[in-house]
Amino acid sequence: MGYQKKRLITKIVLTVVMAVISIIMLLPFAWMLSASFKPDNQIFNFPIEWIPKDFTWANYDRVWNSDVPFSRFFANSLKVTLLSVTGEVLTSALAAYAFAKIKFKGREIIFLIYLSTLAFPGQMMLIPRYVLFKAFGIYNTHLALILPGMFTAFGTFMLRQFFMSIPDELCESAKIDGAGHFTIFSKIVVPLAIPAFSALIIFQFVGSWNDYEAPLVYIRSKELATIPLGLNFFRDENSASYGAIMAASVCSLIPIFAVFLAFQKQFVAGIATSGLKE
Amino acid sequence: MGWAFIGLNLAGYLLFKLLPLVLAGVLSFAKWNIAASLDTLKFVGFDNFLRIFRDPVFWESFWNTILYAVVMVPIAIGLSLVLAVILDTHVFGKGLLRLAFYLPNISSMVAVSIVWMILFIPSYGPINSILMSLGVSNPPKWLNATSTSLLSIIIIGVWQRLGYNIIIILAGLQGVSKSLYEAAEIDGANGVQKFFYITIPSLTNTMFFLTMISFISSFQMFTPVQVMTKGGPGTSSSVLVYYIYKAAFQNNDIGGASAMAWILFLLVFVFSAARMIVSRKKES
Repeated sequence: MGYQKKRLITKIVLTVVMAVISIIMLLPFAWMLSASFKPDNQIFNFPIEWIPKDFTWANYDRVWNSDVPFSRFFANSLKVTLLSVTGEVLTSALAAYAFAKIKFKGREIIFLIYLSTLAFPGQMMLIPRYVLFKAFGIYNTHLALILPGMFTAFGTFMLRQFFMSIPDELCESAKIDGAGHFTIFSKIVVPLAIPAFSALIIFQFVGSWNDYEAPLVYIRSKELATIPLGLNFFRDENSASYGAIMAASVCSLIPIFAVFLAFQKQFVAGIATSGLKE
Repeated sequence: MGWAFIGLNLAGYLLFKLLPLVLAGVLSFAKWNIAASLDTLKFVGFDNFLRIFRDPVFWESFWNTILYAVVMVPIAIGLSLVLAVILDTHVFGKGLLRLAFYLPNISSMVAVSIVWMILFIPSYGPINSILMSLGVSNPPKWLNATSTSLLSIIIIGVWQRLGYNIIIILAGLQGVSKSLYEAAEIDGANGVQKFFYITIPSLTNTMFFLTMISFISSFQMFTPVQVMTKGGPGTSSSVLVYYIYKAAFQNNDIGGASAMAWILFLLVFVFSAARMIVSRKKES
């Protein structure tokens, strides 16, 4: 057998093996989707009926018409995520520019402080922030979710790293032409850093959208719940109906799947940077 | 001028990160009822630490956290290394196949936990129905038994983690020179030899970082426990972060919970420090 032919056969075999593995990876989702369209008494039929025998929308009806409907959780998630990600990109872009391109007194020290707190796990903040938010009067409001998300060290580092790779000569020559830092920032650095921005945005979007710990601790009212917390509320109240719980899970996953499919490339870039860079 | 750029971020950073951190320190040395005002706070020295060290549930949660990390991380990394190498060069439809591995990773852990919880139902859930139809007469009780509750969470952890690891390893593989493989092929090396003599050595950096990041995030595992088991049955699946949460917000023991948070910090710190030291060395 020729070398090329052997190689082709290997490739075909491996593709089949990988296809089988990836289908197994997706089975929990398939089961969820199928259960969400079944009446409760047919969900656990065995052998598993992947295509529902008595197809029903009743479960979804329950999700969208409960006392606090899913559309509310959806709107809350959208608001919290958009505001915190926008805020983060803005504040960390400015700070990253200062760290990367402006020499000023105290810069190294501040940078060192930022760097040293990077090692603290986010969960260490849960208790003290809870105490502070009560004192600030923002406990059980969306601000308790939005504000901390606006000032992450991660965003600052990721953008700083990228800004550093933009040659100083570019900024210097603009300076000679009379441009100030704000002009250099907005006209030169930001346009060159679009890939870094989109990676950061999509990566933080997914993180913020899926965040469960912060809402669990800072949000009491069901009307203010974001999707992960709302899903958990819904589950507790509908523990008798697995079909409804699965329909709610499907609804909670669809938006993020859609965003992911649309921005897969940027998301992958975001993860790769988060893992490989400082 | 620098301050104008940095000011906003710095203010938020001081208020929402540095201040809470200082408070985390203060609270761990104090006794205080969360419902009372801050001036009723009383310093008690190392009492909180001494107390948690005598608490068997703290130790069980601590060792469960370590066990989870030590089992989950190598399995997830080993599997994703093999999968990533195959995906990288040896399949048709790479993009589509990759997608299947990413989806669990971008899914909210709450939704994923709820689905798995139902899949794992011992008596009539689909997993055990399949096992029984395959002739396993006494399938595990998964989340409902002390002996398998943590194992079930590890299985979910691996399933969810694979996609992330694969992305990182695929990025690392981009840096492996293709000419090395070509040279090895000319010398008659087979796939397995290429894997062990070229791929693995070229990926040392990537694998080191991936291992560190994986341990750090494993120590912080919380959502599956909170959603599925509440640490049970008994305390068999309690982990550090879950016990911190429970101590603070259910048992109203802010001091003890804050003390435990510093233990969590120490665990995480060892691995972040190793990561930083190695990356500094590489730079210089």
